[in-house]
Order: sequence, then C-alpha cells, then structure tokens
Amino acid sequence: MITIEDVHKAFGANRVLQGVDLTVARGTSTVVIGGSGTGKSVLIKCILGLVTPDRGRITVDGEDALRPKSRDAFLARFGMLFQGGALFDSLPVWQNVAFRLLRGRLKRPREEARAIALDRLARVGLKPGVADLYPAELSGGMQKRVGLARAIAASPEIIFFDEPTTGLDPIMAGVINALIREIVTEMGATAITITHDMSSVRAIADRVAMLHGGVIRWEGPVAAMDAAEDPYLQQFIHGRAEGPIETVR
Amino acid sequence: MNPALPLARLGRATLDALAAIGQVTLFALSALSHLVRPPFYLREFGQQVMQVGWFSLPVVGMTALFTGGALALQIYAGGARFNAEAVVPQIVAIGMARELGPVMAGLMVAARVASSIAAELGTMKVTEQIDALTTLSTHPVKYLAVPRLLAATLAMPVLVAVADAIGIMGGWLVGTTRLGFNSAAYLKNTTDFLQAWDIGSGLVKGAVFGFIVALMGCWFGMNSARGAQGVGRATKGAVVAASVLILAANYVLTELFFSA
Repeated sequence: MITIEDVHKAFGANRVLQGVDLTVARGTSTVVIGGSGTGKSVLIKCILGLVTPDRGRITVDGEDALRPKSRDAFLARFGMLFQGGALFDSLPVWQNVAFRLLRGRLKRPREEARAIALDRLARVGLKPGVADLYPAELSGGMQKRVGLARAIAASPEIIFFDEPTTGLDPIMAGVINALIREIVTEMGATAITITHDMSSVRAIADRVAMLHGGVIRWEGPVAAMDAAEDPYLQQFIHGRAEGPIETVR
Repeated sequence: MNPALPLARLGRATLDALAAIGQVTLFALSALSHLVRPPFYLREFGQQVMQVGWFSLPVVGMTALFTGGALALQIYAGGARFNAEAVVPQIVAIGMARELGPVMAGLMVAARVASSIAAELGTMKVTEQIDALTTLSTHPVKYLAVPRLLAATLAMPVLVAVADAIGIMGGWLVGTTRLGFNSAAYLKNTTDFLQAWDIGSGLVKGAVFGFIVALMGCWFGMNSARGAQGVGRATKGAVVAASVLILAANYVLTELFFSA
C-alpha cells in the first residue's frame, strides 16, 4: 500500500503540491488526473525520491519512501514508464529493456538477460528484430512499448505510468492502454498512472484521483466518476471550457 | 535607480558563485566516493577511454605538431637577438613537456570532450534519462560521472605524452628543414637536456586537467536547465569553465612544481 500524507512541494514561488493525501491499495490501478502543470508528475517523482517534498510523509508498505533502509532495494520494487520513454540512446533496445538485469543487485548472465528482454518485448507486441535496433530508429509508439517492456522487465510490484499515451495516435493509444491494463492485471502489480487522457482513465483505472490546486480534489472508484457531483471533476472529464477551472483562451 | 542596486547585484553574483563552487565540490566528492565503492562499470569506463583518449588523438596530435613548429620558429627568431639560436631544441623540448604539451592537450580536450559530455548528459537530463537511471536502481553519478572522470584522468597523461612527442617532432621538423639544424645534433640536444621531471610534471598536469575537463562536463550536463537552450548553455558553460580552470590550475601547478 502506498500512503501519501500532507505532501507539499514548491519550486520557488510556485506551490505545486499543497497538502496531497492519497492512499493506493496493493494490487489496484489508480489513475491521477488533472490539468497540465498541476503537479501529477511531481507527485510520483516524490514517491520515487526523484523530487524531495518540502513537507509530508510517504510510505510504501509502511516503509518511509523518503528515507528507505536500502535505496537500491526500495527502487527495485518499482518500474516506471516515462512520458517521453526516456530510453537510453546509446544502448540497443534489448539492453534498454534488460538494463536492470545487466547490472546491480538484480544482475543476471548476459544471455539470460537478453532472453528476458526478448520475452518482455514480445509481451508488448514487438518482434525480436527490434531488439538490436537503437531507440532513435523506432517510432513514438514503439518507443512507448519498449519503455513499457523496460518498466516490467524485472517484474516490479509497483509500476508508474507517466502520460503513457501522450503523442500517440488514438489507435496506438488504445493499444498501449489495453497493454497496461492486461499487464497490471496479470502481474498483480500496484499501478499509478498519470494522465489527462480520459480514454486512458476508463481503460486503466480501478480508482481515480483528481489533482487540482495542489490537493486531491476528488478520489473514488472509476465507476463513480461520471456520477460525481464535484464541478471541477465534471468540467475536466467532459473537457468543458466553462466551469470553475480557469482556462486561458 | 536605487543606488544600492549594483551592490546588491554584486552580492548576489558573489553568493551564486560561492554556491556553485560548493556544489561542484560536493559533486566531485560524491564522484570520488563512488569511485572506490562497487559496483564498478568497467564497460562504460572502457567506452569512455576510447571517447576521451583514442578519439582525441588526432586533434591533440595536430595541435601539438603545429605548436612545436611555431615554437621553434619563435625561439629561433627571439634567440637571434642575443646569438642564442642554438637553444631551439632544448627550449622546444622543455616548453612542450612542461607547458605547451599539457596545456594545449588540455584545452583541445576541453573543447572536444567537455562539450560532448555536457551535451550528452544535458540531453539525458532533459529527456528524463537520468531520472530513469535512478528508477532502475542505478546511481547517475556512479554510472555516468565516475567512468568519465576516471577515463579522462587516466587518458589525459597519455595524450600529453603523445602531444610532447609530436610537439618536439614538430620543432625538429621545422628546425631541420627551415632553420638549418643538423638532425642528429637536434635530437641529441633534446634528449641530453630534457629531465624526467620535465616530462613527469607535464603528465601530472595532464591528469589534473583531465579530471577538470570531465568534472566540468559532467557537472554542467547533469545540472542542465530544460530544453535545447538549457543544453546549449550547459555545453558552453562546461567548455568555458574547463578552459579557465585548466589555465588557472596550470599556473598553480607550475608555481608548485617549479618556483624556486
């Protein structure tokens, strides 16, 4: 279980998170929605320790995420798909996927790591021929798939997806959404997805949390989202220009 | 305008500079601490030795060749004012080994390698590749900075040795073809005059300059601001800082090694 309590984070005068409280139960898929710049990515980076909160407490199964006993062991529990893929340009695809398995505490023999990488690539629908290409040789959709394969390569307990469908055409976005849902279900992983794509929300989420004004504005099961009375949530999920959320024209 | 404004700006700039020095020092200490703690990334270290050392050989060699030749011409012309033309071989040798070999190699590597490291790591920073490393349980300083620092520190003395040899050869070429020196006598004067510490001090300088080049490249790259402009600024900053620090360190080391 991931517990986030009263987390604050400011960058200079910009107070991005102003007391976020959220609980993500083990094995559930929670999608965090919210407009651009509302701090969704900052929130998951706080959980991973990539950004240090100014205040608040984050625990993962009771362990303090900000001061884990072993940072390596703590991070080994996570997989993450970055918004832009964040694939390493200098490494071929299979070494990107097997990165964790080629070094550090999860190191395996090179051949075994390659076999696992090929298996994960197949799981996300990529042929073995892709394994020896470099990231720059792949389309945006293929890069997302490779990023997804890397995120699940070491079978993590917790997976974060940061804007998994941004920049993809609707069909490819649908494919990625379906893959994420399948993988999370079959691995039994706890997942947090950051998105403002409502088709992703409906495809991936068990629960939805809306981040606005630096706090969780609404949180509940995806099935309850449409019937919720929160005007901010309703404006966001229906993409209305009119409503309490200020828009710039 | 508020009369105190220039003073406030000066104070702000001074504080920023001191903060930057502190941050670079902490970064260097962090890299040094990772240097002696496993895991060690030997494959990455080998790749960096090739990038920093092997691929810098042509530019360092060409620079040294022309510098040695020009040095011979200058010493001959200057020495002629007091009938000291004969010292060309000795002064070229000492000049290349103690000063020009390490400094020219350092500056050329700063231009070639510090820029390349800063641009590469800066791009990795803005495309979240450095964050991705962290989430893959890999410390960015250990994986990215340590192999580059070690490779540059070890490869630079070799580059300096090559620069010394080629620079002296440049002087010999000009001396024997343009200035009328006898080839055997030129080489004998060079080898008789040159002492081990002349060469050794240059190699030590090379190691220090290599460390500076990689440190500046890594620090500016890993602290790059967002976007193409941020990477451009990081690259420019790395080259300028590395070049200035090399010249400053050269003075300090020369004072340390050779002041009476």
